Amino acid sequence: MLTFGTGNKAVAMAVRDAKPVVVAAYPITPQTEIVEEIANFVTEGSLAARYIPVESEHSSMAACIGAAATGVRTFTATSSHGLVYMCEMMHMSAGARLPIVMANANRALGPGWNIGAEHSDSISMRDTGWLQVYVSTVQEAYDATLMAFRIAEHTDVLLPVMINLDGFLLTHITQTFETVEPGDFIPPIATPHAIDINNPGGYGTLTPGNTHFKFRHDIERGMQASIPVIVETEAEFSRRFGREYHLYEEYRCEDADVVIIAMGTLGKEMEVAVDILREEGTRAGAIRMRWFRPFITPELNGKDVVVIDRDYSFGYGGVLAGELQAKSGCQPFSVIAGLGGQEVTYDDIAEFVRIRRPGTEHWFGVDD
Amino acid sequence: MHGVASALHAEPNQYFIIIHVKYLKKRLDTMAIPDEEFLLKTTSACAGCPSSLILRYVTKAAGADTVLVIPACCTSVIQGVYPTTAMNLPVYNVAFASAAAVASGMSEAFRAEGKKTNVICYAGDGGTIDIGIQALSGALERGTDFLYICYDNEAYSNTGMQRSGATPLGAVTTTTPGGKKDHKKDLDAIVAAHNPVYQATACAAYPQDLYNKVEKALSIPGPKFMHILAPCPPGWRFPSEKTVEMGKLAVKAGLWVLYERENGKLTITGASKAAMKKRIPVEDYLSVQGRFRKITAEETAEVQKTVEDTIARLQREVDGIC
Repeated sequence: MLTFGTGNKAVAMAVRDAKPVVVAAYPITPQTEIVEEIANFVTEGSLAARYIPVESEHSSMAACIGAAATGVRTFTATSSHGLVYMCEMMHMSAGARLPIVMANANRALGPGWNIGAEHSDSISMRDTGWLQVYVSTVQEAYDATLMAFRIAEHTDVLLPVMINLDGFLLTHITQTFETVEPGDFIPPIATPHAIDINNPGGYGTLTPGNTHFKFRHDIERGMQASIPVIVETEAEFSRRFGREYHLYEEYRCEDADVVIIAMGTLGKEMEVAVDILREEGTRAGAIRMRWFRPFITPELNGKDVVVIDRDYSFGYGGVLAGELQAKSGCQPFSVIAGLGGQEVTYDDIAEFVRIRRPGTEHWFGVDD
Repeated sequence: MHGVASALHAEPNQYFIIIHVKYLKKRLDTMAIPDEEFLLKTTSACAGCPSSLILRYVTKAAGADTVLVIPACCTSVIQGVYPTTAMNLPVYNVAFASAAAVASGMSEAFRAEGKKTNVICYAGDGGTIDIGIQALSGALERGTDFLYICYDNEAYSNTGMQRSGATPLGAVTTTTPGGKKDHKKDLDAIVAAHNPVYQATACAAYPQDLYNKVEKALSIPGPKFMHILAPCPPGWRFPSEKTVEMGKLAVKAGLWVLYERENGKLTITGASKAAMKKRIPVEDYLSVQGRFRKITAEETAEVQKTVEDTIARLQREVDGIC
């Protein structure tokens, strides 16, 4: 059904269509509309879920853990300080191999208080064992949320999935989007290690050093196994509902001499920059990274690389740039731009390409 | 006393019968506790551990259709090491601050699926009174259908006896080497402020009272809370065979009052009925524990005053004078 609404509303409608049994909710700007919309769905009866209005984000993830442990589908949403507050439970949920789905409205961390878009919140959850997908349109927010349940709950994966959408730039903008009847696109959840009263066991008991690493390694096996599951899920989504997604999205890359790489809304904005650069005679292309975990290294084939990070690892550099460099051997021109909702236009992005100096770092607004 | 007095004045035969009936009644009460064990004999608990003693009776009262949610605490260790377990029930081990919130999600999920499975948080005092109190408060306020049990050994015993908000005045711990200068936090008053459907105290030394309360709590839907005193031999510095004796001294001194509060109505139970009227001095309890070796006379007097104030407050509540 064709409708229109914000990125937040699209996520909420996808959650409604995925039919979770338990939703834990705690408000935080700019995610709040998601949990408000879901509260409306539950109240009006279009979603038959138990809605738990928890007292903190630490508890929202804890409640999802408790619910998912019994083998039911769960969802929550957060942002920024909420996400880092639940950090402990991020490790616990992935470590317990619970297929929880969560939307994160990417937002800066204080101080000072800033509610603008930034990826530092989700990037700092990099090593928790959560899958992370970054979306760039309202439609993609809806589609990725639906797909997240199928990917997380797949028995080869059994890891939680975080859908990241840029605060305000996507959570609060309105676009038309199409909802679907998922049918059996998301199969019934069948968590193999769900609590079974008739087969009691200990979960998360003391696990000594001669065993602990095996469970850690299993998480990585699940992470690697998620790649073919993502590919298969995106292909099946395309077959059923007509919209195509890939591990990363390329734009005019075939003959490109230089590619711009970014995540989230910047990854869409840069397509316009590519068109501008092409008109100027620069053979530019763009790669929008959708999955940050698992990290999927794109084909770069010796092209010049300009990476835009809406995040920063202090004492190291732009995280996406660093990871691309480490995995592909490229020497990116690392641009730090868009922190705390700093405005970055397609003209700015085109300029990053023009002034590129491979192997160096450029802070937009500082180094100009 | 009245019963005994009349028995002494009765004919020898009658005297025998009265004692016998009393004995039988006691036996019947004890026999109500099932033989089935959910905490097996393979625990890695310390000798004389009150937490495992309490857990044994809690699980007997709860039965097989039960999940335990356990945050970091002594019971994380007591249940054994992977791949073995001493628990014959599903046990979900969770992060320190999260037990009540995990139980919230678990309970809602079970109820959504039409299951009546008991969800019991079994947490220490640190995980309840300090780091876990926000989650506990939230779960109580939301009306979560669960039983939260705080077994209170009055310190972070699992990490080697550091002070907690439950550590009493004057107690030496590894982080209060000169004795604690602050009072024990009144957890029960905090919980009472949430008006749970059922709230009770118990003590490891009185398993029948404890068993009855767990059984009653689990028969009521909604949020239930129990606070159980757990005298810890290595932490409190007393011989490991004296766990029960130490619990009884706490109750007899009125430092620990056994009661239940059902829909707001307070009832004093078991051995505390006598202690409400007549108590042994707190010195009798403090002097037999190494942790109070540095308590001052002024602090002892303060502890005694706290006891008298608490008893008076509870008596006013019983009498309906608030």
